[in-house]
Amino acid sequence: MLSNITIGQYFPGNSILHRLDPRVKVLLLFFFLIEIFLFSNAVAYGIFSAVAFALMLLSGIPLGMLLRSLKPLWWIILFTFVIHLFSNPGTPIAKFWWFTLTWEGIRMGCFISLRLVLLILMSSLLTFTTSPLKLTDALESLLSPFRRFGLPAHELAMMMTIALRFIPTLIEETDKIMKAQQSRGADFTTGNVMKRLRNMVPILVPLFLSAFRRADELAMAMEARCYRGGVGRTQMKSLKTGGVDYLAIAGFVLLTVSLLGIKVLA
Amino acid sequence: MAFIKVENLTHIYHPGTPQESVALDKVNLSIEAGEFVAVLGTNGSGKSTLARHLNGLLLPTEGRCFIRGLDTCNEQELWQIRQQIGMVFQNPDNQLIAAVVEDDVAFGPENLGMDPQEIRAKVNASLQAVNMAKYRTFAPHLLSGGQKQRIAIAGALAMDTDCLVLDEPTAMLDPQGREEVLRTVQKLHEERGITIVYITHFMEEASVADRIVVMDKGQVAADGTPREIFADVPGMKKCGLDVPLAVEVVWQLRHQGIKLPEDILTEDELVEALEAYTCQSN
Ligand SMILES: Nc1ncnc2c1ncn2[C@@H]1O[C@H](COP(=O)(O)OP(=O)(O)OP(=O)(O)O)[C@@H](O)[C@H]1O
Ligand SMILES: [Mg+2]
Repeated sequence: MLSNITIGQYFPGNSILHRLDPRVKVLLLFFFLIEIFLFSNAVAYGIFSAVAFALMLLSGIPLGMLLRSLKPLWWIILFTFVIHLFSNPGTPIAKFWWFTLTWEGIRMGCFISLRLVLLILMSSLLTFTTSPLKLTDALESLLSPFRRFGLPAHELAMMMTIALRFIPTLIEETDKIMKAQQSRGADFTTGNVMKRLRNMVPILVPLFLSAFRRADELAMAMEARCYRGGVGRTQMKSLKTGGVDYLAIAGFVLLTVSLLGIKVLA
Repeated sequence: MAFIKVENLTHIYHPGTPQESVALDKVNLSIEAGEFVAVLGTNGSGKSTLARHLNGLLLPTEGRCFIRGLDTCNEQELWQIRQQIGMVFQNPDNQLIAAVVEDDVAFGPENLGMDPQEIRAKVNASLQAVNMAKYRTFAPHLLSGGQKQRIAIAGALAMDTDCLVLDEPTAMLDPQGREEVLRTVQKLHEERGITIVYITHFMEEASVADRIVVMDKGQVAADGTPREIFADVPGMKKCGLDVPLAVEVVWQLRHQGIKLPEDILTEDELVEALEAYTCQSN
């Protein structure tokens, strides 16, 4: 019943995007998203869309799959679009009731929706081409400079690793407990919200108890294997920045420079 | 110098509270390098408590515990001890840490600060040693119980451990998984001379060891070779333990006056002895 839940949406492959250092990917994505918000002229949006499309093709991931990641946010995009259509003062085209449709509104609506679409597509491109484990490593590495200010970078990453390890196990366990309760006549599918919530209690209590027991045993197993926090620890799969990464960074710098150029000229 | 030396070890859980319980009571034990020792005992006899003292997961209330002369009470020596003593616990699900098999095996060496190439080599060699190299990139939840326990063993091997302490590693496994794990442990003992401390409830598993230590109420009740230990059927029963089926049958038959040799341990030996006996009496 619960077994079809997958964590993240990693799509294994061997494209250039897959091979990039995850840290470089995260940083470039971060700056790319900032630029989407900074440059808002038509040419810039054309370039952004072209880049996004090129990267999607490069990733080797079926386009349909990438586009499907837009689905959960489809309504929000539509809503934002409609709001902008009517909320911008400018040259009126038509009037519905109290609302005035303006040229500026259409322009703005298109921009904002495109912005959202690009944001979602580029972010999912990251999660599609980077395994959750690599993302965790990247997170640890990128956050480690902030350790100086008390940010527990290693601990956060370790928590994510353990979560990734145990989510499937806990899902299996939930499934088992639900089946056990159902076989004794428990009902999770009918009744109003309150009743269903109340019926969840017999699942959650054993699940929590077992999760605590697991945590206890896991802590012991980690200690037995010489775990003593992030100090002095090395990594088998240390992240390496190579040729492809410098190429990607160079490409990004080029993009930024040309966007600045266009902005200055316009 | 003995590899493991336990001197006058007493452990009391929650001392000074109403839940106070004496789990180990003046235990003395010494295990040589390269021995295969099975530890038997009923529930609550203190086996796990003893095992956890061997690498400093628990510290003695009284007495001392030495590994190659290193004292588990000495904080500076603790990491060296944990590197030498690999632990495998009962529940296969709660001792694998990483979401991919090879990352999990790498966990110990990473903690020891080895360099990446060395870790990679150790991980490959350890997975090979437990015959799990094929499953390098699997997620642990896709493996069977026996396979998970073998990964846990590989995780210890990757730290270059000299001794494996296994606390009922087969208790939650099906017969096939039990067989896999025991075979792997035996192989590591024979081929690499790794010292084994194997806690179990299964008499058949204990009978493959060089030596059996029987725990009862926090004390060592008996200590000897499997033949010696199982020969004392009344003594075993007093500790609440059974003996292997063949031993039980021989014991009952000898009581009926049927003269079978006393030191029979396995079912094969029993069959042989019975054949010899019937030939003789015809
Ligand atoms: N964390 C704890 N707190 C309090 N008492 C404990 C704790 N762990 C064990 N004990 C007690 O110590 C005694 C020995 O327990 P231990 O777990 O060592 O036995 P065991 O031989 O491993 O048993 P089993 O075969 O059930 O694993 C038992 O009486 C138990 O109740
Ligand atoms: Mg135990």
